Amino acid sequence: MIAFICRRLIQAAIVMLTVGLVAFSLFRYVGDPVQMMVSEEDSTATRERLRESLGLNDPAVVQFGRFAWNAAQGDFGSSYRNRRPVSELIAGRLPATLELVLCSGLFALLLGIPMGVYTGLHRKTALAHIFQTVSLVGISMPTFLTGILLILTFSVTFNVLPSFGRGDIVDLGWWTTGLLTASGLKALILPSITLGLFQMTLIMRLVRSEMLEVMRTDYIKFARARGLSNRAIHFGHALKNTLVPVITVTGMQLGSLIAFAIITETVFQWPGMGLLFIQAVGNVDIPVMGAYLMIVALFFVIINLLVDLLYYAVDPRLRIDKAVAGGHTT
Amino acid sequence: MNARLALEDRIRRVYQSDVAFSFRQSPVAIGAAVVALILIAVALLAPWIAPHDPFDTRTFSLVDAELPPFWIAGGDPRFPLGTDTQGRDLLSLILHGTRISLAVGFFSLVFAMAVGVTVGLVSGYAGGATDAFLMRIADVQLSFPAILIALLIDGLARALIPDGLRENLAIYVLIFAIGISKWVQFARTTRGSTLVEKNKEYVQAARIIGRSPFVIMVRHILPNALGPLLVIATIDLALAILTEATLSFLGVGLPPTSPSLGTLIRIGNDYLFSGLWWITIFPGTTLVLLVLSVNLLGDWLRDALNPKLR
Amino acid sequence: MDTRDHQPLLKVEALTVEFPTRHGTLTAVDGISFHIDAGEVLGIVGESGAGKSLTGAAVIGLLDPPGRIAGGRVFLEGQRIDNLAYESMRRIRGAKIGMVFQDPLTSLNPLYTIGQQLVETIRTHTSLGPAAARKRAIELLHEVGIAAPAQRIDDYPHRFSGGMRQRVVIALALCANPRLVIADEPTTALDVSIQAQIIGVLKRMCRDHGAAIMLITHDMGVIAETADRVAVIYAGRIIEIGPVAGIIGNPRHPYTSGLMHCIPRIGDARERLAQIDGAMPRLTEQLPGCSFHPRCPRALACCRTEQVGLIAAGQSRVACWLYAPNGNG
Repeated sequence: MIAFICRRLIQAAIVMLTVGLVAFSLFRYVGDPVQMMVSEEDSTATRERLRESLGLNDPAVVQFGRFAWNAAQGDFGSSYRNRRPVSELIAGRLPATLELVLCSGLFALLLGIPMGVYTGLHRKTALAHIFQTVSLVGISMPTFLTGILLILTFSVTFNVLPSFGRGDIVDLGWWTTGLLTASGLKALILPSITLGLFQMTLIMRLVRSEMLEVMRTDYIKFARARGLSNRAIHFGHALKNTLVPVITVTGMQLGSLIAFAIITETVFQWPGMGLLFIQAVGNVDIPVMGAYLMIVALFFVIINLLVDLLYYAVDPRLRIDKAVAGGHTT
Repeated sequence: MNARLALEDRIRRVYQSDVAFSFRQSPVAIGAAVVALILIAVALLAPWIAPHDPFDTRTFSLVDAELPPFWIAGGDPRFPLGTDTQGRDLLSLILHGTRISLAVGFFSLVFAMAVGVTVGLVSGYAGGATDAFLMRIADVQLSFPAILIALLIDGLARALIPDGLRENLAIYVLIFAIGISKWVQFARTTRGSTLVEKNKEYVQAARIIGRSPFVIMVRHILPNALGPLLVIATIDLALAILTEATLSFLGVGLPPTSPSLGTLIRIGNDYLFSGLWWITIFPGTTLVLLVLSVNLLGDWLRDALNPKLR
Repeated sequence: MDTRDHQPLLKVEALTVEFPTRHGTLTAVDGISFHIDAGEVLGIVGESGAGKSLTGAAVIGLLDPPGRIAGGRVFLEGQRIDNLAYESMRRIRGAKIGMVFQDPLTSLNPLYTIGQQLVETIRTHTSLGPAAARKRAIELLHEVGIAAPAQRIDDYPHRFSGGMRQRVVIALALCANPRLVIADEPTTALDVSIQAQIIGVLKRMCRDHGAAIMLITHDMGVIAETADRVAVIYAGRIIEIGPVAGIIGNPRHPYTSGLMHCIPRIGDARERLAQIDGAMPRLTEQLPGCSFHPRCPRALACCRTEQVGLIAAGQSRVACWLYAPNGNG
């Protein structure tokens, strides 16, 4: 168990370092930082002073070390675009993205799992076929198209839900939330569905196929031979075994949601990190791009670690008290 | 003569196989295949069957801009699906756009497979430090969703390529970016199959005879890995097409001068509220049809190849 | 006179199991009839693919679709069970008929402790509360020979060896005191050294709980040790059925005697292992007449064209023209 955690932590560190390296390379080698920060009139001497003060003449290793040290403390320099500290920018946008991701994730799980279980157990009913069709369309629609169609329907045609922005938000000091106001909640609906639809269909299909697999196992057959009720078999035995592999995938999907938030935020002009990142890509605003990468990498690493731990807690076969290689035994 | 009989026999066996039978039985699979084939044909023949050439600036003008589809008042039968903001025929744009979307999706997949299968074969066959190293890289990359990697590489390329060349190279950059984001799954699957096959007797025998590792990997191990690879490829083709559309929609994909379906939707999106809905809806529908038919075919193929579900 | 005394526990009449496929309908079990009395052990022996597992599955009502019972009747304690609704049949499973499957490694749900699985089954069929059920579960584990049952009851299946797991499976099959236990190749997946132990446990438990056994296997040795009567199945039909001593000591049907001859014995002077040439016909190649005739060293002309029912021969009954009353054998 301890060995397992250590391995995961080391892997996490490697990931962070790699991403850090990539982000640092972005900073250092793509475009000229000094060029971005000075105006036309500044003399060469000013540029040299700036270069010196930024430490751009030091050896690469030293620069990377400094970069890593600063990053660990949350200091990513200032945006090329508007000179504000990047960490401030990101911190301001973080709650918006996280709330969106949370709502979408809940939407995906709360609808995807039951639908998947239903279509797995009742394969031939009309409702199952409807669900199947919905899932097929769901994974064939790109996120942005879903968003556009939802806007067309609910904002333009029926005018019941807003098509951009977060609505009224409440400032809790270090966090801003849209969950406490009616307009905030309304503003969350369309973006959450947009972001969550793809994931929902993925989860539904995964649960369905796992369910079908599980229902064919020997232990389910034996459970039937023992005369257990359908309820006990479906929801006691089959469901539990189905959900175990679903957990890993769902956890990774959470990370995916953070990435796909970029698209949703673009379509709905949602003031989150994703929109910030896209604007940064368009403006070649390297510090923001690099910082976004590091933050997202951190999230992924944490999520992956939590998922692994969760898997460990749920599957008794993994709780053997000797070193478990890699941690995945399926 | 013998060769011809052998070929006929093979074709008959394939036709009578369970997979082909399952196909003939499933109206959905047949429908999806028909749609997919139509779209592919359209895409390949676009330069010849499109009524107008949307790339030749001499053939369109702003006079014809923003015309609705011909069945709506104000439309022009010359432009059956309407025109965009620059006066280009939407139908032709869609035909060419489908071609580009399919091309990027397909070639990025080919690229990902080439890289992934090679890495997987080498990694599985060589084992040891090479294997560990390659798989570490794979693990690190797997911690990220593909779209982010594609975005990143795309963004990098844009920053590094000088302005003038950016538009021309866009398609290659996209193929590269999307391909790189997807090789890992192919590598892992191939590696898994390689590890399984590596220990089988026929591989040991080939080694003893003195066959070179390359020949062993390609002629013996690879065919056995094809099944699961095919399954992943069908899922990934749909995802690749979607990824390209997404990147183009975000503005970092194909430019409006040689637009893919995603780019068209982006152009249309800016004018959605002004009522120019056709610029978004028609490319959108085409995109969904394309991805849907690929997904349906992939679903059917997976079910047909899965012996447990028969 | 109470006719119930003479009524067999299980009566199977002309059971037929079919599989509709795209190549046509395949008959896997073709008109099998037999009975099992209370407390006795009937062995069902045959090659792989002969239809013995399907017979067991059909009796307990767990045929995998598209397989289905196409004909015949099954009676349990005089009540017809093959045409019951799912829910009625479910109440019979576990409570009246138990089943033991072949592979102990996959028969138990890996995510629940064996205690949870035992208690669940006990409480499904009895009105015992959780504490009483747990107590009974521990007793059962003790009966099947699991050491330290009070501690082991909270272990997960993966902590048990194959033989131990099969003991747990036997306990699970018997925990609601069924009258009949269908054991489908219960030792095939186990080490040879443990096979005898497990068969012993199965036999003892059933005897102690008053259950009859339908023992399905391809291993004649197990039959010899355990069964009271034997039915030999070939290509979906019973070709010989009778008391075990008769079948083994004096096999009548050419197939059965061929089988006995194949088993090498210590002290044999033979240098080569005997075998029956040819192979059992596949489901897609159903033959008119006796299905064994292509391989039979004593085939008659009529064997090729006419099927034969079971004919009395001593204490057994044989499906062979050689024993027909007009005396051909």
